[in-house]
Amino acid sequence: MVTPTASWRVETRTRASSLFIVAAIVIVVAGLVAPAFIGRGMLRDLFFILTMLVLAQSWNLLAGYAGLVSVGQQAFVGFGAYTMFACVSLWGINPVSAIILAGFAAAALSVPTGFFVFRLQGAYFAIGTWVIAEVVRLSLAQWKALGGGTGTSLPSGATRDLAIVTWIGEAFGVRSSHAVDILTYWLALVLAVLAIGFIYAFLRTRQGLGLAAIRDNSEAAGALGVDAGRLKWAVYLSTAFVTGLAGALIYVQTARISPDAAFSVIDWTAYVIFIVVIGGIGTIEGPIVGVLVFFVLQNMLADYGSWYLLILGIIGIVVMLFAPRGLWGLFADRTGIQFFPVRRILAGGSSSSKSDAS
Amino acid sequence: MALLETHALTARYGDFQALFGVDIAVDSSETVAVIGANGAGKSTLLRSIAGVLANTPEQVHFDGDAIGHLPAPEVMARGIAMVPEGRRLFPSLSVEENLLIGQYGRKADGVWSLESVFDLFPILRERRSSPGTALSGGQQQMVAIGRALMSNPRVLLCDEISLGLAPVVIRDIYAAFPRIRESGASIVIVEQDIGQAVKVADRVYCMMEGRITLEGKPADISREDIHAAYFGVAA
Amino acid sequence: MIWLDTIVQGVLLGGLYALFAAGLSLVFGIMRLVNLAHGDLIVLAAFLILVLVTTLGLSPFVAILVAAPVMFGVGWLLQYHVLNRTLGDDILPPLLVTFGLSIVIQNALLEGFSADSRRIPAGGALETASVNLGQVSVGVMPLLTFLSAIAVIVGLKRIFYATALGRAFRATSDDPVTAGLMGIEPRRVFATATGIAMIVVTIAALYLGTRANFDPTIGPARLIYAFEAVIIGGLGSLWGTLAGGIIIGVAQTVGAAINPEWQILAGHVAFLLVLLFRPRGLFPRATD
Repeated sequence: MVTPTASWRVETRTRASSLFIVAAIVIVVAGLVAPAFIGRGMLRDLFFILTMLVLAQSWNLLAGYAGLVSVGQQAFVGFGAYTMFACVSLWGINPVSAIILAGFAAAALSVPTGFFVFRLQGAYFAIGTWVIAEVVRLSLAQWKALGGGTGTSLPSGATRDLAIVTWIGEAFGVRSSHAVDILTYWLALVLAVLAIGFIYAFLRTRQGLGLAAIRDNSEAAGALGVDAGRLKWAVYLSTAFVTGLAGALIYVQTARISPDAAFSVIDWTAYVIFIVVIGGIGTIEGPIVGVLVFFVLQNMLADYGSWYLLILGIIGIVVMLFAPRGLWGLFADRTGIQFFPVRRILAGGSSSSKSDAS
Repeated sequence: MALLETHALTARYGDFQALFGVDIAVDSSETVAVIGANGAGKSTLLRSIAGVLANTPEQVHFDGDAIGHLPAPEVMARGIAMVPEGRRLFPSLSVEENLLIGQYGRKADGVWSLESVFDLFPILRERRSSPGTALSGGQQQMVAIGRALMSNPRVLLCDEISLGLAPVVIRDIYAAFPRIRESGASIVIVEQDIGQAVKVADRVYCMMEGRITLEGKPADISREDIHAAYFGVAA
Repeated sequence: MIWLDTIVQGVLLGGLYALFAAGLSLVFGIMRLVNLAHGDLIVLAAFLILVLVTTLGLSPFVAILVAAPVMFGVGWLLQYHVLNRTLGDDILPPLLVTFGLSIVIQNALLEGFSADSRRIPAGGALETASVNLGQVSVGVMPLLTFLSAIAVIVGLKRIFYATALGRAFRATSDDPVTAGLMGIEPRRVFATATGIAMIVVTIAALYLGTRANFDPTIGPARLIYAFEAVIIGGLGSLWGTLAGGIIIGVAQTVGAAINPEWQILAGHVAFLLVLLFRPRGLFPRATD
């Protein structure tokens, strides 16, 4: 029987991506054992890179894939952080469990806020999210038990006295404050891997492909049975969850909170937007490239104060105007390489159909 | 040299080539009809002349200047006006404002003004304050023609002005053309409907599949010639 | 008595917010562009006026005669060379470019003027002068702000509905391609619109800078107030913008009268309530 069409396969994997899976596993394993070999300063740098990467990936899913340009993600960073603080300081819950609870709290917050911001279209959605973040900030600044407008610190032993921190301290032979850094670093690494894995898996589902369809042509997507409204809600809710987790984790490490810092539009949204735009919006690789570029720029320019943000802003504008798909877009266009292929490729075909016939 | 000329004009939309080397010439105060079936390239020809589609400079000449590369606003500033296909009135503007916008930034002297356009199409005077889009199709077409006249153009380009209108309405609109000719403007009329256009034209071009297939004075060409040029088969 | 006074102060404050909002509304109405740097441009104009007042010794009311044309030029060039490139179906480029611009302006001002609070001196007598309107006494500056807001709205409406330029604005907004066939260059029309919005921004900056302290970082909050006024009023309605400004202003002064910490929050809550019950604003346009 000659069945010339039977050997066609729909694939999303490319050769580069297969190699990359191996490389990624090596990187993650190396990352897990790294604390045995590197100092606290580098550990903290990696923690910063990983948590910014999580924020960037979730903003990228929101803006780059779902077209929901939020400039108010600091609402979920801050709310997650405050939830964690309340759990630990007021209710005596251990910080690691509190991070999980904070994720759910941020997701819960996204339900009423989504109800408001989804009434606004396009650019007005963006400013709407900003208003929401301001409302949450101003409301939490009224919470006197957590220091009101000036903020508060985590109880001194809350993290250091955790059994796992004691265990890490003994295993690596380090002091408890160092052990806390190792724990938060590991959590950041796990969170980053899970967040990227979740986003990649989601984008490869039928619903995820539907997102691309909505961006390209909302009406046609509707005709194909893609429910744009529900998908956008799902993305908004899940990014709130991930952003809340990241916010709580960041503040377990920082151990000190204030409304202005936890809800900073510069720290949690502007930097994140520049990371995604410079790296390449609408790809998973983009934020990874962007966060590395961002880290290098920050180290080079951090001493120049406001010049740093000025230059970052100009780079962001120039990239958006002249290379709107970012550094990764430029690279991928030249080389055709994709580490996280989402598009489906028709593989096989004529050559293999001959072998079928034999 | 004619007032308006195209030389080996080509146009493409992506992979689809719409014009294959079209040469037409329009003299001062001459009325020319370009007829052809749907998809023959007539509207593309007008849009190329108007600067909506970009060309190389030498492909369109107006008054001795190469203008093929100019964008629409600059082409219009030189004294060409266009009645676009589908009339395209501005919904936010009243009838009077739609007419006034026709002379935006171009104050050429001539017979056409708000008053003379209202004399040409008296119904518009009554409806001057209505939103342009509240009018009937025929009245909207009158606004679109009046709007183009307001700049006192030397060349008036009319794209499918009878499309979608009842025969009696088409006759009313074409009744205005002798007076438009008297003002001295050259006119290029693009139509699928042969009847009215050929009646008012000094010369006729027939187009098929992006090429000129016939040219001549209406009196000199037979219905059979037109039929052959229009459909590509001898009648 | 105190309540009446509070509400009157709120209404007058609403005039300032309407001034913030009018430029945003104008630009959105013509080219569907939301400029996230709008608040920072107001602050930039305030610093420009401050420099003119302090270095040339001009009265601020004379200084804006110099500042307004400069800001018109800034707006024109910004729109023509940068923002026009971002217009299109995709909402990402205009949002991200203007967001970047907001950060750039803030930090350039921080670099040039430091983070210190400033105030434009309006001339001693004027700052403290007040007039008695029946039972309440209102400051001359807040009253001037409110009257300026009304004058700006009347002026913008005249430009929009009674000039050739206004027809070109509306025609280009309807259909840029056909506008091109009328000899209108959409890119220039957009640039002119942004230029005019920057003149309104300069007027807003005069009152922002003379009524209270300002520093380079307060732009985003002004953008938010402007945005709230626009949404409450209903997109595209200039008088609605004034109504929206008044609602935010009254909510803020009433909130502050109850508890000073609630001033800003009360304004935002009023906005959210309107969004909840009248999502298209108080005066939505019939079309669009």
